[in-house]
Amino acid sequence: MRNWILHLGTLALVAVLLVTLPPYHATNLARILVLVVFAIGYNLAFGYTGLLSLGHALFFAAGVYGAALPVTYLGLPQLPALIAGLAAGGVMAALVGLLALRTAGVSFMIVTLMFAQAGYLTLLYFNPVTGGDEGLVLPDAATLLPGLSADAARATIAFALFATALIAALVIVQSRLGRTMVAMRENEERSRMLGYNPFAVKLAALALSGLFSGAAGAAYALLFGYAGASFATIQYSILPMLWVLMGGAGTVLGPLIGTAAMFYLVDIAGSYTTATLLFVGVALVLLILFAPKGILGTIRERWLTWLP
Amino acid sequence: MLKLDGISAGYGPVAVLNALTFEARAGEITCVMGRNGAGKSTLMKCIMGLVPARTGSVTLDGTALHSLPAHRVPLHGVAYVPQGRRLFGPLTVAENLEVGLMTRGMGDETRERVLILFPRLRERLSQTASTLSGGEQQMLAIGRALCLEPKVLLLDEPTEGLQPSMIALIRDVVLQLRETGVATILVEQRPDAVLRMADRVAFMAGGTVAETVARADLTPTAPQFQKYVGV
Repeated sequence: MRNWILHLGTLALVAVLLVTLPPYHATNLARILVLVVFAIGYNLAFGYTGLLSLGHALFFAAGVYGAALPVTYLGLPQLPALIAGLAAGGVMAALVGLLALRTAGVSFMIVTLMFAQAGYLTLLYFNPVTGGDEGLVLPDAATLLPGLSADAARATIAFALFATALIAALVIVQSRLGRTMVAMRENEERSRMLGYNPFAVKLAALALSGLFSGAAGAAYALLFGYAGASFATIQYSILPMLWVLMGGAGTVLGPLIGTAAMFYLVDIAGSYTTATLLFVGVALVLLILFAPKGILGTIRERWLTWLP
Repeated sequence: MLKLDGISAGYGPVAVLNALTFEARAGEITCVMGRNGAGKSTLMKCIMGLVPARTGSVTLDGTALHSLPAHRVPLHGVAYVPQGRRLFGPLTVAENLEVGLMTRGMGDETRERVLILFPRLRERLSQTASTLSGGEQQMLAIGRALCLEPKVLLLDEPTEGLQPSMIALIRDVVLQLRETGVATILVEQRPDAVLRMADRVAFMAGGTVAETVARADLTPTAPQFQKYVGV
């Protein structure tokens, strides 16, 4: 019960912030919320199932292009395109998982990284279709929801997507599958001895993670009107990992906290220097020294042990 | 009845089990004794499919287990509590049990039976497993295995490193399980425990069962203890 109060309360707070914040910050928040969905997806694989992937950029990019290509070439309306992007992320993750999950640990990281790099190079290779580095410009967000300004449409859709993802994540981690995912992370061999097929559980977790990543990618492309190969670069595999690590791997609200903190850290540092990654690095060093389980992970460990 | 016939198994080029034959009967406790390296734990892993059999067969009431992938073996009612417990630390006691109940579709009735066997676990249901004492963790490890409603229960040195009161409690539970018809295979190093619990004792040496002796034919000074265990 208190789980639901906390998470619904968080949603209410985010909604209030979206409406009351000055336009600059409200737009930032809409952007953050979409990226949080990506981080929530990453967290399902990494935080809950223990799958340290370096290939999530591929799932995000699958969402970006799964939505952008049909909009550009088939004239698909934007909302159905969002569904197409979500599905593309899930299918891509399942396909990668079928091969990559035959490995574990460092090998899994390398194999997923290679898949993502292959995806990036493929996007560049098919430059005439994908736009490559230059990318494709998509219709303005104002056309998303009739009667709303571009900013309002962005905020509404970003919030709806974030709320759906957060509730879905909460339901998943408290479900039987969620417990099995944690069991797999904690001790794969022991889970096998209770009759679970580790491959099947991890594949399910990775595919779910891909669905969230795909949805985030699609929404990012549609809301901000751009799809490009840069979304498939390794940066987009590293970022969700950093957000999740900062917020707290294996916590439902961690991705929100981590993404927002990192976004504003870069944003604020950016007004003083172009070397923003230096600040990110220092933040991570401090985090590892003083709160290795991330912000919410540490809070859970010390005070709120019931947090999901 | 669980039956191993002519089993050879090992790790890479190292052969650990050689033409081993062994059986465990329903409603009996079969103790496995032997020196370090005799192959006791490998025997357990081989039954569970974790170490594949190179030759021979493992059958449970006529069903061949050796040809199944490891995760399918527990679904046939074979539960394994390895050395060192290995719980799911961040999950609560209730959730650990739930993870055990799910695969064979067991429900509240099974859970209740486990909690009657281990009343201490009932008091700790909402506590995370990593915060339990050693003895409680072992109770949970066994309790979680019992959530599979096993026909065969494999226990690898379940009382190792526990305080005497816990040892007595866990032994009591194992004896109660015998009454319910479970075939228990117990790896145990202490002759006193073996004499108190076993129906039959399989002495292992050189990767095979060198001798199987009925409890009635064993005394505390039986030569087998000296010969195969060195005590």
